[in-house]
Amino acid sequence: MAALDPHAAVVTGATGAVPVAALTTADGRPLARALAISSRRARRRAFLLVLPLLAFVLITFVVPIGQMLHRSMYNDGFAANMPQVSQWFADTPPGTEPDEAAFAALAADLTAAAEAKTIGIVGTRINYDVPGTRSLFTATGRKARGGFEPPYKAALLDADEKWGDLRLWRVMRNASTAYTSNFYLAAVDRTRDDEGRIVMAPAQQQVYVMLFQRTLVLSLLITLTTFLLGFPIAHLLATLPMRRSNLLMILVLLPFWTSLLVRTTAWMVLLQQQGVINDLLVWMGAIDEQGRLSMMYNQIGTVIAMTHILLPFMILPLYSVMRTINPSYVRAARSLGATSWTAFRRVYFPQTLPGLGAGALLVFILAVGYYITPALVGGSSGQLISNMIAMHMTETLNWSMAAALAALLLGGVLVLYWVYDRLVGIDNLKLG
Amino acid sequence: MALPTYASPLEKVWHWTYIGICVAIFVFLIAPIIVVIPLSFNAEPYFTFTDKMLSFDPDGYSMRWYDSLLTFGMVRSEAPRDASWWADAWANAKWISAAKNSLIIGFFSTIVATVLGTLAALGLSRPEMPFRRLIMAVLISPMIVPIIITATGMFFFYSSTCVDSTTTLGRMLAPVLSNSGCLANTYLGVVLAHATLGIPFVIITVTATLIGFDQSLNRAAASLGANPRTTFFKVTMPLILPGVISGALFAFVTSFDEVVAVLFIAGPDQQTIPRQMWNGIREQISPAILAVATLLVIFSIALLTTVELLRRRGERLRGLTPA
Repeated sequence: MAALDPHAAVVTGATGAVPVAALTTADGRPLARALAISSRRARRRAFLLVLPLLAFVLITFVVPIGQMLHRSMYNDGFAANMPQVSQWFADTPPGTEPDEAAFAALAADLTAAAEAKTIGIVGTRINYDVPGTRSLFTATGRKARGGFEPPYKAALLDADEKWGDLRLWRVMRNASTAYTSNFYLAAVDRTRDDEGRIVMAPAQQQVYVMLFQRTLVLSLLITLTTFLLGFPIAHLLATLPMRRSNLLMILVLLPFWTSLLVRTTAWMVLLQQQGVINDLLVWMGAIDEQGRLSMMYNQIGTVIAMTHILLPFMILPLYSVMRTINPSYVRAARSLGATSWTAFRRVYFPQTLPGLGAGALLVFILAVGYYITPALVGGSSGQLISNMIAMHMTETLNWSMAAALAALLLGGVLVLYWVYDRLVGIDNLKLG
Repeated sequence: MALPTYASPLEKVWHWTYIGICVAIFVFLIAPIIVVIPLSFNAEPYFTFTDKMLSFDPDGYSMRWYDSLLTFGMVRSEAPRDASWWADAWANAKWISAAKNSLIIGFFSTIVATVLGTLAALGLSRPEMPFRRLIMAVLISPMIVPIIITATGMFFFYSSTCVDSTTTLGRMLAPVLSNSGCLANTYLGVVLAHATLGIPFVIITVTATLIGFDQSLNRAAASLGANPRTTFFKVTMPLILPGVISGALFAFVTSFDEVVAVLFIAGPDQQTIPRQMWNGIREQISPAILAVATLLVIFSIALLTTVELLRRRGERLRGLTPA
């Protein structure tokens, strides 16, 4: 081992016994190679320490996210179970009116799917786009037990005249390939028309862009309120003597360590119509019994509770930057004639910007993906995009739609994460 | 924060206004947590202070909600409270089994996160670590990626990761997998998910501790004849231990407080305290929730104190601040 030590080689070279061009280690090997071997070994050792965790995170975190991304553009509910009609769609250009061959393929597929008991899966897939069609598939499937007689178009229209609906055929065409961008299109309120062009979705189905906008606006608002509330506190803590600021710091850290559900419950108790704040206001005479404020199950509740929950993430980075600001700069500005406002605005505030940037980015990143608090106190107007993802996962069971929305949200968050890493560095993330 | 002697009257007014604003913000931070505590002793099923409570009438207060934490879900909650009553509570009370689940899942996920996270932090703190920035970014990402996305991905992954129970591997893994041989609805699944979520906290706290770590101590130990294992356990470990423990506490709290992943990937057997609270808040909201909240607040005060003491001890050990 000692022979590989680069320090030993440096000593050999420094004695001047060997010409500089042919530096060797004590046992006579070229220095450059010995150094390369030694540093490669050190790199491998460092990497081996990280490897178990990296493998763990890849398996339990990166692979699942990858599966989710795959799901967002892959759904074979229709394509796999309706092969013949899918083939007909592949053979004809978009906008082709369904002919007898199409109906024959459809009839054969419906019969086969009904026998294989996969007709429900097919119906569910089409139901995402045309609500109410799942029963059309299952009902026709029941009639298809004995098989349809040609002419198939007449037979199917006889079973249910909805089969002649061109919108249904357009949706089936969109679903006839397993890999599809349709869920992403739907996630930005777009759809395909008869010729396969991308157009706006019908007005009553346009919800997602509005939700993304609301998520952005509310997150910005929450970032702003945490800044307004966090800045004075961080400044106070940074300028007080260590002993007293450590005491006050507990008041910031206690909420940080308290369970999220406890804090959300506490806000529900405070904000509800028969709750503590309304009771207090009535008692003080600020409002009367009828005029009780509704501060919960709307956006106000979401903003108040999330501000409280995310406030420590603003205070802690601001505090650690403000601690390092030398107070003599402000004193110098004052002695040169600046008013206290000018000294703050021109000298102190610019020095807090690194902490402000770090805190604001962190709060914003955490806010755009928030789920629990909006779900509990948000009502219907305070729901964010995360709540829509959860709804598609647990209620409508349109998992591909949930995955597409999640993928868009993930993309946004990763961009912000990258910005955070470039500006602040993840190494500088501080906890308490 | 002392006011300089040359302050003008206007500045004095502003100074006291500023102090007032700060007090108000501290009230905003702490009041919600404090208010929950007296309300959990409410004798009535309300979420506000009754007249009796405000006049400090003992009748206004009761332990009924704490009692209901014990009896909720019991088979014979009305029976006399003898040994068999307690056995019933231990076996059937919903909050008790939720607490047991939370502790079991928290314990194992903390062990996984702490062991793997500490090793990785040691590697990441070495200057020769390749792709340091990228790997660090990947390992921290479970904290940054919205939990709903993580939970969605894990739901797909766990319901598709199955082992055929007729194979040798399937028979070996049968005790930790669900009846269908999948990771969904199992303790193992929840433990793995929570370990993943806790890892960033361990990495952050341990690498922060290692920043002040003097690498020449390791070399000194090696030059005195200690092998790498002895060096690690006798020299490195005692010095970084405060950071490791606070990382472990963070990981434990993350698991103990986690509800979204549990909602998505856990089955009825893995109901944790947050999951039970979630049910309580969404369905039959009662002040029993406030009793749980109070217990959790006391728990977090204990944790905060521990972490704070550890942090100070760690800084003293590493000589960052004079003792």
